[in-house]
Amino acid sequence: MKRRDFLKGCLMCSAAAAVGTSGKAQAAGSFEGYPDAMGVLVDLTRCVGCRSCEAACNKEQKLPEPDVPFDDTSVFEDKRRPTERALTVVNRYETGGSEPVYRKIQCNHCNEPACLTSCFVNAYTKTKEGAVIYNPKICVGCRNCMIACPFNVPGYSYSSAFNPVVKKCIFCYDTRLKNGKPPACVESCPQEVMTFGKRADLVKLGHERIRETPSRYYDKIYGEKEVGGTGWLYLSSVPFDKVGFDTTLQNEPIISNVKDFLSMVPMVLAIWPALFSGIHLLSTKNKDGHDDHDDSHNGTGGH
Amino acid sequence: MKRYLKEKGNSVEVVDALHRNSDGRKWTIMEKLLLGLTPREYLQQALKNPVNWIFAVIFAIGVPIMIGRFIFGLSWVTHSSCDYPWGLFLGFGLFAMVPLSSSGFQLGTACEVFGRHDLEPIERLALLNGLLGYFFAVCFLLFDLGQPWRLPYPMVVAFGPAAVLFLVAWHVATYLSVQIAEVATGFFEWMGWPAGKKAIRKITLGLTVSGIILSTLHQGALGALFTYAPGKVHPLWYSASFQWLHFFVSSIPGGLCMVIVVSTIAAKTMAWRFDDRFKTNLDKLTISLAKGATMGLATYLTIKLIGVAHDNKWEYIATGWGAWYATEILLGVIAPMAIFAFAIKNNKVGLVRFGAWLTVIGVVLNRVNTAMITFNWKLPEREIPHWREAVIAITLYSVYIVVYRFILYRLPIFYKWKTVEVPVEATEGIREHARSLSEEMIPESVCAKEDIAVSARQLSGAESAH
Repeated sequence: MKRRDFLKGCLMCSAAAAVGTSGKAQAAGSFEGYPDAMGVLVDLTRCVGCRSCEAACNKEQKLPEPDVPFDDTSVFEDKRRPTERALTVVNRYETGGSEPVYRKIQCNHCNEPACLTSCFVNAYTKTKEGAVIYNPKICVGCRNCMIACPFNVPGYSYSSAFNPVVKKCIFCYDTRLKNGKPPACVESCPQEVMTFGKRADLVKLGHERIRETPSRYYDKIYGEKEVGGTGWLYLSSVPFDKVGFDTTLQNEPIISNVKDFLSMVPMVLAIWPALFSGIHLLSTKNKDGHDDHDDSHNGTGGH
Repeated sequence: MKRYLKEKGNSVEVVDALHRNSDGRKWTIMEKLLLGLTPREYLQQALKNPVNWIFAVIFAIGVPIMIGRFIFGLSWVTHSSCDYPWGLFLGFGLFAMVPLSSSGFQLGTACEVFGRHDLEPIERLALLNGLLGYFFAVCFLLFDLGQPWRLPYPMVVAFGPAAVLFLVAWHVATYLSVQIAEVATGFFEWMGWPAGKKAIRKITLGLTVSGIILSTLHQGALGALFTYAPGKVHPLWYSASFQWLHFFVSSIPGGLCMVIVVSTIAAKTMAWRFDDRFKTNLDKLTISLAKGATMGLATYLTIKLIGVAHDNKWEYIATGWGAWYATEILLGVIAPMAIFAFAIKNNKVGLVRFGAWLTVIGVVLNRVNTAMITFNWKLPEREIPHWREAVIAITLYSVYIVVYRFILYRLPIFYKWKTVEVPVEATEGIREHARSLSEEMIPESVCAKEDIAVSARQLSGAESAH
C-alpha cells in the first residue's frame, strides 16, 4: 500500500461521517512523479534578464498590465516574488562574477506538492502531464497552501472582496500543456534558457551538461531531489543559495513531516473511548455511576 | 450591575429560579433577560457602568470596519501578503483562542470521567469558556477566510482528507456541537425545559469522551499545521516530531488558567451572581485548577526541551531569537510554575491568580510567536498588522467579552438553579397502561414524574398552606 493511501485511509476513518472518496488525490509520499510528466530545465547560465518570459506569461494568462513595462530593467533593483499579477518573475543577483546571474521564478510543479497535500478541499491537482493546477471554484481562501509552499510561490488576490483566488503558474495547462505544447515562457525565450521535455529526460540532460562542461556549472540540479523532486529543474554556474534558492530544503516531500501526527490520529480514535470509559468505570465503581453526583443543577432544593 | 444591586439593597430580586420568590408566579422570558429588573432599571444600571461606554466606543469604530472588510476585501483591512498569508485574525484570534478554550474538555473529563465531583461548581464555567472560545475562534476565521461563505465546503462539497486542516475543520465543527450540547443543560434549566436537560444528561459520558478525543486531536492538529512549513517557522518554535504535542500539552495549562482568569474577573465584577456554593469553593477550586496547570506546565517544559534536544538546536539559543525564546519560556512557563509551586504550598490564592495570568499570556505568546512573529524568520522584512486588522481583532474580542458577560449574568453558571422535582400522582389510565408493561418499566411509568420546577421557597410556602 502506498504511504499516502495509508495516511488517507487513516484520515478517512477519522473524518467518520459522510466522507466520500475524492478520487482526485495523488499517490504516496515517496511518489516520484508520473512517468510521462513533463518538466522544464532552466539553465541560469544562459539567461540575460530580458524578461520576455514574463511578458509572454502575462499575455498567455491574460494578466493585468504591469506597473513597469516588460522592457524596463529597473525592476531588478528589488527582489520580486510571484504574485497574483505576475505568475513568473526574473530576479538579478550579483554573485561576484563578471556577469550578474538572472533567475526565473515560477511554480516548480512539485512531484508531491505541499499545496496539494495541505489543501482541505482538494483544490489542487497534479495532472499526469506534470502540472499542478488549481480549482478556484472550491477554494475557501484559507491560504494554507501559501503557508505550505516551500518555494513561496502562490499569490493571492487579496483585493477581491467577492472572489479572491490563489494565482500561480499552472504550466499553461489549459491552453498548451494539455495539447503537448510547451508553456508560453519557454517558447518565448530568445536565449533558449528553458528546455521543455519529459522530466526524466531533463534530469539526464542536466547531468549531461554538467559533465560536458564542468567549468560552466555548479555540480547540482536544483529540483531533482528537493521536497521529493520538482517538475522544473535548474542549472546554475554558482552555488544555488547565492541566487536566492533555499538550499536547506529537505529531500522528503513536505507531507512526510505530518505523518507522525496523522498516524497518531487513528490511535487516539481507537484507544481514547475505551481508556476513558474504563477510567470512568473505575473511578465511579463503588458509587453507583452517575447517581452520586452532587448534581448541582438538578438537585432537590437549593440554597 | 453590582453597584446598582448594592444601592438598592435587597429590594431587587435576581432571577435564579423559574418562579419569583415574592409572589410565586413564573418569571416571563423578558424578566429573565432583564435579570428581574424593569426595562428602565436595567437601562439605568447598564448606562452607569463605565465599561459599557468603552464597549460602545469600540463598537462604534469597529463595526463599520468589520462590515467594510466584507465589502472592500481583505486587502482593505490586513497587511496579509503572499509571504505572510496569516495575520492577526488567525495568528492571534484563532491560534490563541483555541488553546485557552481547552477547559471544557478538561473539567468535563475530571468531573464526568474521573469522578472529581468536588470540581463541579466550576465545571459549567469551564464548559462555557470552551464553547465561547471555539465559537469566537471560528468568528475570527470567518473574517480571515477569503471566501467565508464557503466554510462548509470541506464538509459537503470537496474533501481533502490528506490535509491536517481537514481534520481541524471536522473536529472543530463536531466539537463545537458537542460543547453546545454540554452547555445546553444550563440553558434548559433557565428556560424551564427539563426534558431537554434530561436528554443531555443521558449522553453526558458519551459527549465528554468525544470531547476528549476531538480536543486531543485538533489541539494537536493546529500544531501539526505548522509542520507543513519547515524552515519558515524558526527552528526553536518548530519541531516536526513534537509540534502537535507542544500545542496539545500547552493547551492544558492554558485552558485551566483561562478558567482561573475568568473566575477572577467575575469575582471582581459580578460577585452578586455567585451563590454560596461557588463563593465558598472558589479559592479551593482555584488551587485545584492550579495544581493541574502546574503538572501541565512541567510536562510542557520537558517536551519543549526534548524538542530542542531531539533536533539538536541548542546553537540557536545563543542568538537573538534564542533570547526571545528564553523570554517566552521564562515568562510563560517557568515563572508561573515557580509561582504556582510556592502559592499552592502556602495557600496564597491571589498569587495563584497572578500565575494564571502569566500562563495565559505565555500560551498566547507561544501561538503568536509560532504563527506570526517567528514565521518567515529568514525573510528580511516582517509583516506589521494593519491598524484596521487590529481594530477588528479588538472589536471581535469585545463582542466575545460582552457575550460572555451576557451569559454569565443569566444562565446558571456561577449559581445553582433552584428547582425541585415534584412527583405527580399518576391517573388510573396510566397505571393500567403501566401494568401491561414489563416489570422493569413500572417504576418509571407509574410515577409519571412531571418536572415542575418551583422555587424552594415557593414550595415550602405551598406545603405550609396545606
